[in-house]
Amino acid sequence: MKTDELINMLGTNLEPVKGGQQLRTTLMIALGVGAVAAFCLMLVIFGLPAAALVGEYSGLKVLVLAFTLGLAAAGASFLIKSARPGEPGRKLLILIGLLLFAILSAGLVALILAHPAAWGGMVFGPQWAACLICIPLLAAAPFASLVWALRKGAPTNLMRTGAVAGLVAGALGATVFAFHHATGSIPFIAFWYGGPILVCAVVGAILGPRLLRW
Amino acid sequence: MLAGLDGDAAAHTALLTRLSAYLRAYFKTHLARIGRGPADAEDLVQETLIALHARRHTYDRSQPLTPWVYAIARYRLVDFLRRSKASVTDVAIDEADEVLAEGDPSSVESGLDLQKLMAQLTPKTRQAIQLVKLDGWSVSEAATRSGVSPSAIKVAVHRGLSALSRLATQRSSS
Repeated sequence: MKTDELINMLGTNLEPVKGGQQLRTTLMIALGVGAVAAFCLMLVIFGLPAAALVGEYSGLKVLVLAFTLGLAAAGASFLIKSARPGEPGRKLLILIGLLLFAILSAGLVALILAHPAAWGGMVFGPQWAACLICIPLLAAAPFASLVWALRKGAPTNLMRTGAVAGLVAGALGATVFAFHHATGSIPFIAFWYGGPILVCAVVGAILGPRLLRW
Repeated sequence: MLAGLDGDAAAHTALLTRLSAYLRAYFKTHLARIGRGPADAEDLVQETLIALHARRHTYDRSQPLTPWVYAIARYRLVDFLRRSKASVTDVAIDEADEVLAEGDPSSVESGLDLQKLMAQLTPKTRQAIQLVKLDGWSVSEAATRSGVSPSAIKVAVHRGLSALSRLATQRSSS
C-alpha cells in the first residue's frame, strides 16, 4: 500500500474529536468504579467496618487515609499525563517518591524513639498478615478498571505507567482496607501499608508492558 | 492539527502528508543503523500514521505538537525493534529535534496490505470502513445503505481503525 493512499483513507469523512477532557473523565470513572468495587469486596469479606472513624486510633487513621489518598491522587494525576504521549510528568513521580519516603522515615523515626523491647509489638501489630494479603486482593479491581481506561489512551512508557497504575490500585485497596482495620502504630503503617502498595506497583510494572501495549 | 481535530479533512490530510515525510526520514535514519531497508521504514511510517490518527484524541490542544508526534513515533519504533528482536539500546531518548529536522518525500510501497488486514475485521466493521473510509460515502449515506443508525456507523469506523492499527503491528510480529 502506498502511504498517500493510506493518508487519503484516513482523511476521508474525518470525524471531529471532542475537547481534550475525555481521557481525564474516563480515568476518573475507572478510579470511581474500581474504588466502589474494592469497597464492596471488603464488605463481602469483612462485613460492615468494625472500627469506625472514631475511637482510640482515630488520629492514626486520619494519617493513614491522608497517606493512601495522597498517593492515589498523585498517581492518578500522573496516569492522566502518561496516557498522553509526550508528557513526562516527572514532578508527580517525585511527589509519589516523597510521600513513600515520608511515611517510611516517619516509621523509622518512631521506631528509633521507642524502646527496642517494644519494636516487635509495633511492627508486628494487629493483623499484619491480613494487610499483606488483603491490600493486593482489594487492589485487583481498581487495577483492572485503570488498565481498561489507560488502554483508551496512548501510554508510551508501559512499565512506568503499569507501575503507577498498580500503585494507585494498591493505595485505593489500602484506603478501603483502612476502614475495616484497627491500625496499630506508625511503623506498622509504614511497613504493612507501604509494603503491599509497593508490591502492587511492582506487579503493575511487570504486567504493564503486556496489558497496555497498543 | 487543531483544524484536523475539529473535522477539517483537508487540513488533516495535509498534516499527515507533511508528518509522513518527517517520519520517513526519522525511521530511515534509525533503521539504517541496524541495517534495515526503506520498505521497513515505510511500514513504520504507515503504522505511525494510523496510530497518530486513531489516537488523535490523546493530543492535548494546549501542548506543542512535536513532542506528541515524537513520543508516538518513538513508541512505534521501539515496538518494531522489539518485535524484530533487534537491539533497542541504540535508540537515543532525546532526539525530538531530529524528527522534524529533515523531510523525505520519496515513496516506497509498504508491506501493509489493506485488503488482507480488512479481511480480519468483523463483517459489520469491514462494511463500515469500506463505505465511509474507502468509498467516501458520508456517515448518513452509509447508515442508509447498510440499514443501521449513523451512530452505529461512527462507532464501527472508530473501532475498525483501532483494530486495523492493532492488526498492522501484529502482522509483522507473527
